[in-house]
Amino acid sequence: MPAADPEGARTGYVHSYETGGAVDGPGVRFVLFMNGCQMRCQYCHNPDTWKEKAGRLQTVAQTAADIGKYAPFLQVAGGLTISGGEPLLQAGFVGALARRVKAEHGLHVALDTNGAFAGRLPDRWFDPVDLVLLDLKHIDPGRHQALTATPLAPVLESAQRLARMGMPLWIRYVLVPGWTDDETHVERMADFVAHLPTVERVEVLPFHNMAAYKWEALAGSRYALADTPSPSREREAWVRARFAARGLETA
Amino acid sequence: MDIPELHPRLESVLHEGWQGFRGEVWKRQIAVREFIRANHRPHFGDAAFLQGPSARTRRLWEAVAGLLRQERERGGVLAVSTETGSGITSHAPGYIRREDEVIVGLQTDAPLKRAIFPQGGLRMVEQSLAEYGFAPVPETIRNIFEHYRKSHNEGVFDVYDPEILACRRSGVITGLPDAYGRGRIIGDYRRVALYGVDALIAERRSLKGDTDGAEFTESVIREREEIAEQVKALEELKIMALAYGFDISKPAATAREAVQWLYFAYLGAAKEANGAATGIGRITAFLDIYIERDLRAGLISEAEAQELVDQLIIKCRIIRYLRTRDFDALYSGDPTWVTLSLAGMGTEGRPLVSKTCFRVLQSLYNLGLSPEPNLTILWSTRLPEGFKRFAAQVAIDTSAVQFENDDVMRPQEVGGVPLGDDYAIACCVSAMRVGRQMQFFGARANLAKALLYAINGGVDELTGVRVMPGLTPIKGDVLDYDEVMTRFGQVQDWLAGVYVRALNAIHYMHDKYAPERLMMALHDRDVLRTMAMGIAGLSIAADSLSAIRHARVKPVRNASGVAVDFEIEGDYPAYGNNDDAADRIAVELAEGFMARLRRHRFYRNAVPTQSVLTITSNVVYGKKTGATPCGRPAGQPFSPGANPTNGRDRNGWIAAGFSVAKIPYAAAQDGISWTASSTPGSLGKTPEERIVNLARCIDGFCNAKGFHINVNVLDRDTLLTAMEHPEEYPQLTIRVSGYAVNFIRLTREQQLDVIARTFHASC
Ligand code: SF4
Repeated sequence: MPAADPEGARTGYVHSYETGGAVDGPGVRFVLFMNGCQMRCQYCHNPDTWKEKAGRLQTVAQTAADIGKYAPFLQVAGGLTISGGEPLLQAGFVGALARRVKAEHGLHVALDTNGAFAGRLPDRWFDPVDLVLLDLKHIDPGRHQALTATPLAPVLESAQRLARMGMPLWIRYVLVPGWTDDETHVERMADFVAHLPTVERVEVLPFHNMAAYKWEALAGSRYALADTPSPSREREAWVRARFAARGLETA
Repeated sequence: MDIPELHPRLESVLHEGWQGFRGEVWKRQIAVREFIRANHRPHFGDAAFLQGPSARTRRLWEAVAGLLRQERERGGVLAVSTETGSGITSHAPGYIRREDEVIVGLQTDAPLKRAIFPQGGLRMVEQSLAEYGFAPVPETIRNIFEHYRKSHNEGVFDVYDPEILACRRSGVITGLPDAYGRGRIIGDYRRVALYGVDALIAERRSLKGDTDGAEFTESVIREREEIAEQVKALEELKIMALAYGFDISKPAATAREAVQWLYFAYLGAAKEANGAATGIGRITAFLDIYIERDLRAGLISEAEAQELVDQLIIKCRIIRYLRTRDFDALYSGDPTWVTLSLAGMGTEGRPLVSKTCFRVLQSLYNLGLSPEPNLTILWSTRLPEGFKRFAAQVAIDTSAVQFENDDVMRPQEVGGVPLGDDYAIACCVSAMRVGRQMQFFGARANLAKALLYAINGGVDELTGVRVMPGLTPIKGDVLDYDEVMTRFGQVQDWLAGVYVRALNAIHYMHDKYAPERLMMALHDRDVLRTMAMGIAGLSIAADSLSAIRHARVKPVRNASGVAVDFEIEGDYPAYGNNDDAADRIAVELAEGFMARLRRHRFYRNAVPTQSVLTITSNVVYGKKTGATPCGRPAGQPFSPGANPTNGRDRNGWIAAGFSVAKIPYAAAQDGISWTASSTPGSLGKTPEERIVNLARCIDGFCNAKGFHINVNVLDRDTLLTAMEHPEEYPQLTIRVSGYAVNFIRLTREQQLDVIARTFHASC
């Protein structure tokens, strides 16, 4: 490492990490959870990551070294997934980290994002990223605003922009009864996704209220969906079928 | 070449059994590995060729299943043959359903009827019989062992010294094979099939002839007597087989004969020796050569090939020994460790994966789940993809196979010789070159307790009895790391000495009073012996030292000044999080204890090794150990093997695996055991993904030099148990729809929901 390492000295707020997950990208992943999120999704399952300046303040070099310890495993078994929170809130740190991990260990890098900020980043930024796990919350602007407390337009623009760049995409769509499971919106979402040429698969994730204990620990937030049931298996299958009907791969 | 030449006569006996087999070396010498090298055909394909169970197998297994049920209902032991001590020819032939048995042979005259082994120790036999409610041994046998014949157990206790007895009593050394057979010896049972017994007898006689006229030193006399006994054992083996209607003096001529001959050899060994672990070795590539020859000749079909394998597996599943309740408390579940090692790579880069590896795994589908035989997959990142996938699938479906890193073992030198490509696993993780290496099994020392002795000046924390002489307790309110380390070093020095003395005594007497004649007849004469010692409580000792170093640990002493509890202020890095601050301590402990063992002299010049393995004895070890400075309360079970302490590995199972992988195999050549659990859902969303991911995980772990992984893909029942006993599953994390939650913190309804969802896909 050169004596001066401005990239490596960059700092970011890391919430936590987990090794051994196999449901956040291909293979078995090192999942890095970054702090901070600008959305306030009512169904959020990681509200403990919302705070921006919380968790551990780490340098890129430290974080890359932590991940590097697993390189012999991850090279064979899967790779790195940077998640959150919303990792692009700390795009400087995350970009530097992705570049470093790619350069030093050649790991597969996936980015799990809500997409809203992707439009602000230059194409170059995405060079070390192999896959984007893009969370699309709702297709209707009003409902999107109500569900996430943020506007829809930037998300859709990012999705189209990433697709234009040729970035492989895995779309994640959380199925919340009464919010995202009605026919009109599912059909419209599926249409939108079907027009993104780089989508490799769509993951329909059934909502459940198991994050209740995390919400309870959070002062000043109300878990509006505490009593919302999980979607039925039939509904889940039906929604998947809507995507599949457009030739999309659904996990 | 150090391979002994066969008796010259053998060369002229070119049997029909060898027709179509290639290679020359193995025809002139006993060299099974050379035979495999010359004739093995790797299978690079998938599992599509496999067949279900035959009608005969199905009926046979049904009968066995009924007997197993009866055995459970009767409290664990179905029947005992008390009238005669076990030996190769002790019992008349026994059958399960004769008309359906393609492979025959039982330990006694009836299935699941256990034999007695009074030569190991009459007292244990009587104790077991009483505990399970059976009639005592007949007067004639008692008379023999009371008046005429000494047992292994008696011999050992004749020579034990007071320190050994004290360590044994306190549990700082536990599980010594002085009251049960040592086991963990694997005869090369393949030799009987390939050469026939007569050639093996001829070879033994020629070996004995080598010392005709030589100076009769103690070792020469011993060798000559041992060879003479081995010849007798081989003769008895022929008689045993003849009683079943088979002449095994000549090589096996068909696949069925090869399986039968090999099984007879194994059975004879199992009848002679009451080994705690009685592995069958590495047999798949060998048997596959016979099966392929018959398949090509149209003599058998694939269904019949599978039938042979299934029926051999049935026999392995019903191996039984009569044990005491004490043994069962240590190793619960009546294990026999009929370990069968599969796959691995040849040293020239050809995989030793054959269709018969697949057939053996297929038995878990054809016959249903069973812990025995202990199917052990020797994993290499270079194994064919088709096999990797099938093995991963079986692991997910059954949680009944274990994986060990062939890439680490193959080049590993033990006693100056690489393990190579014809080693097999005995018990759980003990590698030995088949027929060339054996071990003196030595249970384990409890390092966590030894640490408490360092703190308490050699006084046992539970009984208050002084176990180690000449040490004073540590004074002061807060434990000082350097002081503790110095004392701990002294305790380990002393403990290593006591431990080695005990083992030397045990194996001297075992050789003398309960020799495994047949197993050793199926070894080379100049066998490499290891003294396989072990440590338990590694994670507890490492965490405790880490706590003493990084936090403030205050001992809470009782009236007699013994530390019976500890108060910890502050945090400390724990072993199992891929954090060198703690993991280094574990590595140094393992290396340090090994170095201490190496300073001693070993019976028969055995090469010392150690394992980090507890099997299920971690529970008993925990029970016998007081509170430890890491914060573990008195009596709480240790984590098994080299696993991090339950609940202290916070970074996921891969981090835990990396910590374990830091313990160098060179410092623990008898194996390092790691058990990993996972839910099917966290391995991937679809069955296909799970298979691919598990195979990648094992590749990744092996690539990181991990040694052993016991994969538990938790089933529904496990999660249900976790609901009822959440205290046992503090860290059970489940991944649902892309994120993690702590299972026991969910409400009951949510847990039920997870169970319903998680298992929906796999049902
Ligand atoms: S975008 Fe993700 S992290 Fe942010 S609020 Fe929504 S669900 Fe939570």
